[in-house]
Amino acid sequence: MPPLDEGTPLFVQIAEQLADDIVDGVLAEGARVPSTNELAAFYRINPATAAKGINVLVDEAVLEKRRGIGMFVASGARERLRAGRRRRFAEQYLDPMLAEAKRLGIDTDTLVSLIQGSSWHNGGDTP
Amino acid sequence: MTPVISATALGRRYRDQAALEDVSLAVEPGTVTGLLGRNGAGKTTLMRIVAGQEFPTSGTIAVFGEAPAENEAVLRRMVFVREEQAYPDLRVRHAIRVASWFYPNWSEELAQQLLADFDLPLQRRIRKLSRGMRSAVGIVIGLAARAELTVFDEPYAGLDAVARQLFYDRLLADFAEHPRTVVLSTHLIDEVADLLEHVVMLDRGRVVLDAPADDVRGTAMTVSGAATAVEEFVADRPVWHRQRLGARASVTVAGPLEAAAQARARALHLSLEPLSLQQLLFHAASSPADEKVSA
Repeated sequence: MPPLDEGTPLFVQIAEQLADDIVDGVLAEGARVPSTNELAAFYRINPATAAKGINVLVDEAVLEKRRGIGMFVASGARERLRAGRRRRFAEQYLDPMLAEAKRLGIDTDTLVSLIQGSSWHNGGDTP
Repeated sequence: MTPVISATALGRRYRDQAALEDVSLAVEPGTVTGLLGRNGAGKTTLMRIVAGQEFPTSGTIAVFGEAPAENEAVLRRMVFVREEQAYPDLRVRHAIRVASWFYPNWSEELAQQLLADFDLPLQRRIRKLSRGMRSAVGIVIGLAARAELTVFDEPYAGLDAVARQLFYDRLLADFAEHPRTVVLSTHLIDEVADLLEHVVMLDRGRVVLDAPADDVRGTAMTVSGAATAVEEFVADRPVWHRQRLGARASVTVAGPLEAAAQARARALHLSLEPLSLQQLLFHAASSPADEKVSA
């Protein structure tokens, strides 16, 4: 069971973990997502909280309800989520990295060469 | 929606001791509400009044819209499982059968499954059971009753962590299949925090917090880092608690922190950590009585 952290509302965390699975392709477009009760049992949370998390993604048109069958990943959902995350990338990842680099006295050139030298950049899949 | 439980300015005094003071709250149907607080905060008194086992000295209580005391119509729709529940001298299987007669929505199938889950000896007299087993009998009855209002008051005396988790899992699973109104009183707050939809916190007989569980997360944050930066950051915020170690400080402030404040904290190299429900209770209970925690 993935750990849930304090602070962030639980329903937001449920929505984010489902969104992660869609972005990673674990949940393919058109696939059925776990029901509210399945999510509640898995994460050991209140079913109303799980439903609220699912509704966040329904409002964003990432999930769609098919009456009587369940909840499914909408077509185009993965790309919509990726576009949204690209927009937030600088704020969420670059800004903290630049702040830490400044604190440690790493200048921009060094930073660029670090990025170019990283195993990720070289196509490896272990950092 | 009409609340299942509705308390208005409820008070209960024992001689010159006030167990409850000016308690007003509403429990909505189909929710799991946590009634939290330290031992002696008034949780049991409140639940006994809800269950019609005790009278308030002031204010009013309504359950399903009616006064619960000696009200058969209300009491049949409610199951109340208390800590260290006393049972007549019966064998386990007889106690279960007697309970099945009383509750109209009783599920024998669930009862049998739970008896097996908790490994209860059906032929043994309840008096001869261990404390934990006696608690398990209460849990079996409380869940199998499937009562519209299910009230658990610290139902797990003597149960170990594994058995408590079994209780939470079975409660959640059956609640999902058969929605009802659940009130769970406990001081093991972090264990149940994620199960709750609504939180009511009592301290010294008063309600100090009454909010949706989602809103409670982020009610307060602990900010730590270099003391000068921490003090700069918290300057215009209500401070709950201060700690200092050399040049480092750790200060708890009222939240939630908006995105701009979080970005500023990062720029100042401060770490932010939200308070858990358990920590919130600690602060609510140690702050002056007139200072309410608002979420």
